[in-house]
Amino acid sequence: MPRHDHIKSVLVIGSGPIVIGQACEFDYSGAQAVKALKEEGLKVILVNSNPATIMTDKSLADATYIEPLEADILERIIERERPDALLPTMGGQTALNLAIALDKAGVLDMYDVQLLGADIKAINMAEDREQFNDAMLRVGLDIPLGGFAKTVEQAFAILEKTGLPAIIRPSFTMGGVGGSVVYNREEFEERSRWGLSRSPIGEILIEEALIGWKEFELEVMRDTADQCVVICSIENLDPLGIHTGDSITIAPQQTLTDKEYQIMRDAAFKVIREIGVETGGSNIQFAVHPDNGRMVVIEMNPRVSRSSALASKATGFPIARIAAKLALGYRLDEIPNGITRKTPACFEPALDYIVVKIPRWTFEKFPLVNQTLGSQMKSVGEVMAIGRTFPEALQKAIRSLEQDRSGLGADGLDVIAADHVEPHLLHEWRDMVKRKLTTPRPENLFYLRYALKLGISIEELAQTTHIDRWFLDEINAIVQMEKKLSSVASRTNGRLTDLRRLISVDLLFQAKRLGFSDNQLAFIWHTDDETIRRLREIHQVKPVYFPVDTCAGEFESYTPYFYSTYERSGLTKLADKPRVIVLGGGPIRIGQGIEFDYCCVHASETLNAEGYHSIMINCNPETVSTDYDVSGQLYFEPITLEDVLEVCKNEQPDGVVVQFGGQTPLKIAQELEHCGITVLGTAPEQIAMAEDREKFGALMRSLDIPHPSYGIAHHFAEAVEIAENVKYPVLVRPSFVLGGRAMEIVYDRKGLEHYLRESAGDVAPDHPVLIDRYIENAFEFDVDAVADGENVIICGIMEHIEEAGVHSGDSACSLPPISITDEQQELMVAITRKMALALKVVGLMNVQFAFRNDDMYVLETNPRASRTIPFVSKATGVDWVDVATRCIIGRSLAEQKIMENLSPGHFAVKEVVFPFSRFEGVNTFLGPEMRSTGEVMGIASDFSEAYSKALYASGMYLPSPGDGVIFISVNDHDKEQSLPVARALIRLGFKIIATHGTCQYLNDNHIPAETVYKVNEGRPNIVDRMKNGDVKLLINTPLGRKSYFDEQIVGETAYRLGLPLLTTFSAARAALGAIEAIGKRPLRPVKLQELSSDSI
Amino acid sequence: MKSDSMGGYILFEDGLRLNGDLFLGKQAALGEAVFNTSHSGYQEILTDPSYRRQIMIFTAPHIGNVGITSEDNESEGVQVPAVVVRRLPAAPSNWRSQNDLPAWLREAGTPILVGADTRAATLHLRDAGAKRAGVFPGATPEDQALERVLASPSMQGADLASEVTCKAAYHFDNTDLNPRWHTDTQTGKGLNVAVIDFGVKRNILQELACRGCAVTVLPASVSADMILAGPSQSEKYHGVLLSNGPGDPEAVAYGAATVKRLIGRIPLFGICLGHQLLSLAAGFKTFKLKFGHRGANHPVRRQADGSVEITSQNHGFAVTPDNAPEGWQITHINLNDHTVEGLAHLEYPIFSIQYHPEASPGPHDGIGYFDLFIKEMIRYAQA
Repeated sequence: MPRHDHIKSVLVIGSGPIVIGQACEFDYSGAQAVKALKEEGLKVILVNSNPATIMTDKSLADATYIEPLEADILERIIERERPDALLPTMGGQTALNLAIALDKAGVLDMYDVQLLGADIKAINMAEDREQFNDAMLRVGLDIPLGGFAKTVEQAFAILEKTGLPAIIRPSFTMGGVGGSVVYNREEFEERSRWGLSRSPIGEILIEEALIGWKEFELEVMRDTADQCVVICSIENLDPLGIHTGDSITIAPQQTLTDKEYQIMRDAAFKVIREIGVETGGSNIQFAVHPDNGRMVVIEMNPRVSRSSALASKATGFPIARIAAKLALGYRLDEIPNGITRKTPACFEPALDYIVVKIPRWTFEKFPLVNQTLGSQMKSVGEVMAIGRTFPEALQKAIRSLEQDRSGLGADGLDVIAADHVEPHLLHEWRDMVKRKLTTPRPENLFYLRYALKLGISIEELAQTTHIDRWFLDEINAIVQMEKKLSSVASRTNGRLTDLRRLISVDLLFQAKRLGFSDNQLAFIWHTDDETIRRLREIHQVKPVYFPVDTCAGEFESYTPYFYSTYERSGLTKLADKPRVIVLGGGPIRIGQGIEFDYCCVHASETLNAEGYHSIMINCNPETVSTDYDVSGQLYFEPITLEDVLEVCKNEQPDGVVVQFGGQTPLKIAQELEHCGITVLGTAPEQIAMAEDREKFGALMRSLDIPHPSYGIAHHFAEAVEIAENVKYPVLVRPSFVLGGRAMEIVYDRKGLEHYLRESAGDVAPDHPVLIDRYIENAFEFDVDAVADGENVIICGIMEHIEEAGVHSGDSACSLPPISITDEQQELMVAITRKMALALKVVGLMNVQFAFRNDDMYVLETNPRASRTIPFVSKATGVDWVDVATRCIIGRSLAEQKIMENLSPGHFAVKEVVFPFSRFEGVNTFLGPEMRSTGEVMGIASDFSEAYSKALYASGMYLPSPGDGVIFISVNDHDKEQSLPVARALIRLGFKIIATHGTCQYLNDNHIPAETVYKVNEGRPNIVDRMKNGDVKLLINTPLGRKSYFDEQIVGETAYRLGLPLLTTFSAARAALGAIEAIGKRPLRPVKLQELSSDSI
Repeated sequence: MKSDSMGGYILFEDGLRLNGDLFLGKQAALGEAVFNTSHSGYQEILTDPSYRRQIMIFTAPHIGNVGITSEDNESEGVQVPAVVVRRLPAAPSNWRSQNDLPAWLREAGTPILVGADTRAATLHLRDAGAKRAGVFPGATPEDQALERVLASPSMQGADLASEVTCKAAYHFDNTDLNPRWHTDTQTGKGLNVAVIDFGVKRNILQELACRGCAVTVLPASVSADMILAGPSQSEKYHGVLLSNGPGDPEAVAYGAATVKRLIGRIPLFGICLGHQLLSLAAGFKTFKLKFGHRGANHPVRRQADGSVEITSQNHGFAVTPDNAPEGWQITHINLNDHTVEGLAHLEYPIFSIQYHPEASPGPHDGIGYFDLFIKEMIRYAQA
């Protein structure tokens, strides 16, 4: 069947900023879809608010809008572009919800836009629990028993069906809040009453609790001819009850017989057909009772998803790309399998390897948050590893996480020395470990190992954890191998000659086959990585690289997509061009997100365009960089020294590029160089120098560049002394963690002492603390530049909306700056050039400046790609990574004819989003530790409109002038600043409510304001007012520890209700302008392709 | 590895040797080396008589995870001479499991080579074509082993159906069908079906039985006259199912001769070897594929409406599409290599399928051909 001819243009909606539960997998799927649609000669219109995406590159779609993903904005874009169709299945839940909203508003009808992939009825049926359950029963499938109740009596009637334990969930609470498991009738009655009272519609859902059931997912595709295929089966290592995004998963499934698997496959097809997903991919989740095989359908996603991205990377089958083609009317058998070329896409991939995914949590950023895993997803990113067996893949995945672990333990980082427990304490230790394992937490994987080492049986562990014994047995194989390896350890002195004699080729090979890293072997055998490396060389134990070929070797494959394993043979052909390796950014985490993947993809593509064979190494399945057709070659591998060196041995590259993958490649850059690998671009030594406080300070002094005074304290008294010298307030952080972790601003000695005791751990000679002077009330700027070693060009200057002190990654910013003098700009440009030349930068560089009054300070310099580069590229219309990559391979800026333009004709504003609504009890005030997960951009001809777009896109709904009440609570420090803001608010027609002190101050200054109670002062208090809906905006600057509780609740409530909360006055002033802009006219979408490079 | 294992290896006739740990490997096991790419269903595969005299190499790395369950057997027991896997579990894990794979193979006297590079074996077969091979204990000198491999019979020209067929006719009366996998529809109630057993898989019989058919299984050597005479003096067969089976179809000339006499006289449904014998009887030719189709993911297009089925496959020979005899048409095509996957007579209720509509293991996409067969039998009986 040829494709639908009547469709000439398609609107694709992205998923917006990275948030927990919706990460860069949708950039991967969206970018694939856009490419697939373009191949068909269609006009593609793309909307996404996230500038750090490949899909928003203006060269990709025909019309690209970086605009808020809101129905009114989408309507304006549709009105203007008049697309024939809308593809809503590529942008996660965000895009599906938008499609529903546009349909409800009648927009799709009015402009005659056809929905592709899934229609409204199908989306609703998949989303609405009651409709979904009915649909499943219609086709004879089993679902968890249960029902909806509006009274306690009805609840008890349902309990007859479900039995105990049961799960009670209040309907329509935000984010699945309030669900609980009950084990007895008394508890059941109590939680039912509670749930009924909590639900805004007075309804609860009662379901049987499928505790300990096995969980599976099938990735299914369907075409217009009703042909269905399963692309991948995924089995969760963790039992049902832990969100699949927070579960360790494995593909393909391992513990179902063919009989059971085939009925699951049949059921999946029934689901996709009954729900009515006409074409494309869906993810269907099943639970299976471990003792009797009963299978129930849990849920389905009628769109591409995190799991489908994983399935695509796991199998080599590009689900999003194929889904886009199917949406146009193609059938699966009409689309070729790009990997085998000769066989069609209408098949089910066969795997001769195992894929393991492990989530990446960032709880270290939220120390107060409960780390128990459950039905609500808490991880920010994930890694995937491929091995021939589960133990191999598991250990590779663990070292891909970049949490310093070299595998499943045996790396010197174990918290329990299970081998050295005294016999009489064994029982106690076992109990402790078992107790730990009853609560699912991120570190449980390691506790499984401790448990096995302490002699807890597989059966007992299976009972405790509900993890299928197959997984436990395979994990035990790792533990047993470690034991075998350790038995040699007592006889070795760690020298190569000794190890060579003691360790057989076979033992070494078997250990590597189970995924042991050189680092683990070095730890076990009391030696270093290099010795193990040499031992492997002598014994000829080295990895081979197998392709991900979709067919288990049955057909010849043309895939440039490989993983390492230890087998007899495996050949990769060297490309007949200069080869350059680009090291990726690993898992998404807070502080290192999609921005670096964007950079790596651009680097790789530029290398290809310049006649090089680009080779990507990365381990994040969500990304565009791990799409196998982005680079000349893809190695899906952990980014560790060992793994990268082995790829280098296999590929003999001309060089490695380390400056685009964030911190990940930098950690190993210098070691790579020591091992004889050429690092292209800025030298690793220079990059490392900028990170080293002492060396950097010396450089600044030698260049005569002002920077905040600082000191490094090795003990308590020294810290106090340094703080006195550099003068409070000071910025303190431990020197051994990166990315602003555990960083705080302290205002006095008491605060410093508290910090040193609580946050920094012990200050000690080997754990020093860095103390910088904090430049208060300063304006902060980010400058990105590119250099070729001789010339430097400024990519862009950004002014932070929040003042210095808020981590640059958490601060909104504007390009160009809004309150800068020519002198200041010239100064920053001059200093940036000076530093770029001094650091011999070849490639990108970022400098952070702070201005207070007329004083300028350089806060930080990073001679590598920064987080802001994608934003700067989108804002200026120049792909700066491409420019930098060409510099790296020796093409000068002059040759590239790159011009500097610091005065674009438009304003672009970046705003960030936080995961606070996910985490109870987290401090919502911004500080020097970065905690945002993603970013959005607003672009317009003036700053106010751009900022209001950015706020709108980040989910901060600013009120229109005069609409409602604004809450103000400020600390003494900020009181003066509050006056002009408050006056302007009154002028715009708002009412002001304020806490007692602030109110009095405002009234004293003749500004009308009413007092509102703090939470502990009486009722109705501020939280009541917020919940009642009359408060539309909150300006609340931190008052310090004493009112922490109040601020905490206000902050949490604001995030939960989606109310804009501004915690700095610079942000408040900017928001005022934005409110005024909203009052003047509706926000106008800007098409990136229409911004000429002159105007920007 | 476990204590009862020893070093061992698989040796191909052209000299490729892959080492592993051998369980129960005191004697050599010889056969044609084949690989199967299915993720699941190792037990069904190992008990499928079509794999007679074939050393099974699984491409899926973890084999044995779900143990062994007697109801999943496709015949009385293990059919293959040896098994090669990348990794075995420490213990099986599935609620239905009654035994573990190595123990079950030990009981059957079938050696299993563990830890060998199964992908290397697969690529070798893919590139160099089907090969004879042997699985040997490590102590066996390689030159002796090679001699034995080269002395072993080739698959080409081998009549293995006579080895695996039933000795005497019997009624298949499986009353304890598991309702999880078999829905009792009774659509074929009252139909007598003769199944010529060239190495029949149990699930073919079960699919007929759960539709209510009275199933009589006949030895491969049965004559057309006996079939046409019916199951008893008072009854006739309503249709004949030509079963799957091992070996070279051309070596089962007697089977093709029987089928030839049945054409036009009774509804026929051929599966796998049955399909090949039907095509030989019709005047088609067969040939040996380079390395065969064995797996659970092969796309097959039905020419009539263009629909595609994902199919379970296991065959080393195929029907030559050229010079189709008059009166026959090719109904199904494999989308991977465009070989013939199905035939039908233009006039008579006769059709055949190269793959395995009975699945077990594999997808159920082709299960409807049993219903089609029943419809054809009813229509023929009513005409």
